Amino acid sequence: MPKGKARDLQAFGMSRRKMMKGAAAVLGALALPGKDAPASVWESFFQKNFRELSNAEKAQVVARLEKEYSAKYGKPVKVGTKPPLEGVLYGYGLDLSRCIGCRRCVYACVAENNQSRNPQIHWIRVLQLDKERGVDLEEAEQYYNPAKVPEKGHFYMPVQCQQCESPPCVKVCPVQATWKELDGITVVDYNWCIGCRYCMAACPYGARHFNWKRAGLPAGEMNPDTHYLGNRPRPIGVVEKCTFCIQRVRNVPGRYTACVEICPVGARKFGNLLDPDSEIRYIIENKRVFILKEDLNTRPKFYYFYAT
Amino acid sequence: MRKIWEFFKGTLVLVSKGSAAYYAWMLSLLALMAVGVAAYAYQLQNGLIVTAMRDQVSWGFYISNFTFLVGVAAAAVLLVIPAYVYKWKPIKEIAVLGEMLAVSAMVMCLLFVTVDIGRPDRFWHLFPKIGILNFPQSLLAWDVVVLNIYLVLNLVIAVYICYKFYNREEPNPNFFNPMILFSIPAAVSIHTVTAFLYNGLAARPFWNASILAPRFLASAFCSGPAFMIILFQLIRKYTRIQIRNEAIFKIAELIAYAMFINLFLLGAEVFKEYYSNTIHLAPMQYLFFGLKGHSNLVPYIWTAMVFNISAFLLFLVPRTRENFFTLNVGCVLIFIGVYIEKGMGLVIPGLVPDVLGEIYEYSPTGTELLLSLGIWATGLFVYTLLLRVAVPILTGEFFLGEDGVKPVIVDTEFIRRADQLAESSYRD
Repeated sequence: MPKGKARDLQAFGMSRRKMMKGAAAVLGALALPGKDAPASVWESFFQKNFRELSNAEKAQVVARLEKEYSAKYGKPVKVGTKPPLEGVLYGYGLDLSRCIGCRRCVYACVAENNQSRNPQIHWIRVLQLDKERGVDLEEAEQYYNPAKVPEKGHFYMPVQCQQCESPPCVKVCPVQATWKELDGITVVDYNWCIGCRYCMAACPYGARHFNWKRAGLPAGEMNPDTHYLGNRPRPIGVVEKCTFCIQRVRNVPGRYTACVEICPVGARKFGNLLDPDSEIRYIIENKRVFILKEDLNTRPKFYYFYAT
Repeated sequence: MRKIWEFFKGTLVLVSKGSAAYYAWMLSLLALMAVGVAAYAYQLQNGLIVTAMRDQVSWGFYISNFTFLVGVAAAAVLLVIPAYVYKWKPIKEIAVLGEMLAVSAMVMCLLFVTVDIGRPDRFWHLFPKIGILNFPQSLLAWDVVVLNIYLVLNLVIAVYICYKFYNREEPNPNFFNPMILFSIPAAVSIHTVTAFLYNGLAARPFWNASILAPRFLASAFCSGPAFMIILFQLIRKYTRIQIRNEAIFKIAELIAYAMFINLFLLGAEVFKEYYSNTIHLAPMQYLFFGLKGHSNLVPYIWTAMVFNISAFLLFLVPRTRENFFTLNVGCVLIFIGVYIEKGMGLVIPGLVPDVLGEIYEYSPTGTELLLSLGIWATGLFVYTLLLRVAVPILTGEFFLGEDGVKPVIVDTEFIRRADQLAESSYRD
């Protein structure tokens, strides 16, 4: 081509100012705290993973959360951080020959653990099964709704977190927001979870639930006795699950979970697997016990059994 | 340094100049991106409840698109191998366009993951050191690592080739060849890791099949190249780039082989599930024939089957492979077929029926569709920007001036009919 033409076309003038334009606009789209956000918002934004917090930092986090929850629910809220008790490994027993499918455990759990009422989140789900078919999950019905339970020809199998010794959900979490504590309870740090829901895909028991929406938790029904890793109010966009009522069982050694306490037929048993005299050990040693989906090698500490 | 700065300024001039068709294309993409941003703002405001995802089906349309696009990105390697390893010239000239497609597909992948997570404000938890990346335990952590490496690698390769051409120099083989060679296992790795992400979950029998990763790779070598074939024809029609027929036909031939392997592996999977007839058949039954009256996915998967098999036959026979009408029909069929099979057809049956036997029929909401449309528009926007710079460089219409600092820009139009173009190159 002619050289003169090339020179004419040489780089159109371009000011730096022009290039910077528009770059700032992109930042607004991100869901980050604004410039004028109160200090506590930034504090929670930069909060470290619970397991990396020093005791002093834990106290700070607890103070911030207690203040926030107390203001929101209009009553003093306690957020505990009590660590696992020495020499305790929790185990659970569920007597399928007794369970009548009344779902009282489901709602006692909701009340104790501050689950969202709208939309409803249930950590316990009760399956109605055919006596003829046995434990066949493909034929299970969760939404049974007769006037009276139990129904003839059926038995009932409540399913909640099985507190696996080898939990597949923990392994897959990309940010270590969930882990198994020394007392065998798998917990979630709701302030660290990024909400990718990989753990929900990995769990073979459907035990993990997501906050698709801001939790609908009426102030009057809010249980103010909470644990950081347990029943404190959950933020939107994170995963939650059964913690064996960590706020109860760690505070008072020997105390039952809400679901054990409410069960009208005594189908639910709870205790320390390391204590040879505990009820749960007696059940494992003397009853016909099975664990759910044994072939997956998750090694649940949740034992279904037939007492009669 | 000054030279690079001037080059950079030149690229900004390029992307801001173009024909009316170029502006119209870019503005319509921007409009769709704005729709996507609005949909995302709505989702951030209300939470993921605005999607059709629920506890039973906890991944949906976003992750389906992500999975498909990882395949499109990995497919760039199908151009790199013949071009650089076997030094096959017709493809070598255009391999850089494949690398740019990989970059754009990666951008879309990362966006689809971002819009899917519940707490995008906590993305920094994934960064090693300041956050905690659960590597090597979590396959999602692996995926974050390999996807980002692949994105950076392809971006560096593409920018480096373009910058060298702009300087009228040959790429330095000591720097360039190792990167190109590394990009081949990297492409395989993004696909394998993404497949393993599903594959490793014992809770989900539909995904927990060892055939999944090979199937992923085979179908990736269909969808990405099918897109490239259509794109190459558009590029040579509307820009000065020359792409030879034999390059296009060679790619079509490779697609035929890949599709054969894909269909064979699928058949192996179908045989195993139906013949053994265990409880693990349920998800496949749901996908192909419906389960207990729930059959949302059935028409889609059969469409995909018919499309994939027809396209395979079209590409297998040399006469239809080398006829541009049937070739393009085949490309469209493959792209749609693989999109269904590798997208919703892979993700949803993994979650239906759920682990306790419940069937929740998922179909995406308007918000999910609009947001996804916005992300696709973003990917095309990024790809057009990259092409806007690369095409003039490859045709010698954007190059380093004689003073050795300022760029010379000849191409001020970009998209125009080939018959209106003057000489093939201004450079000489």
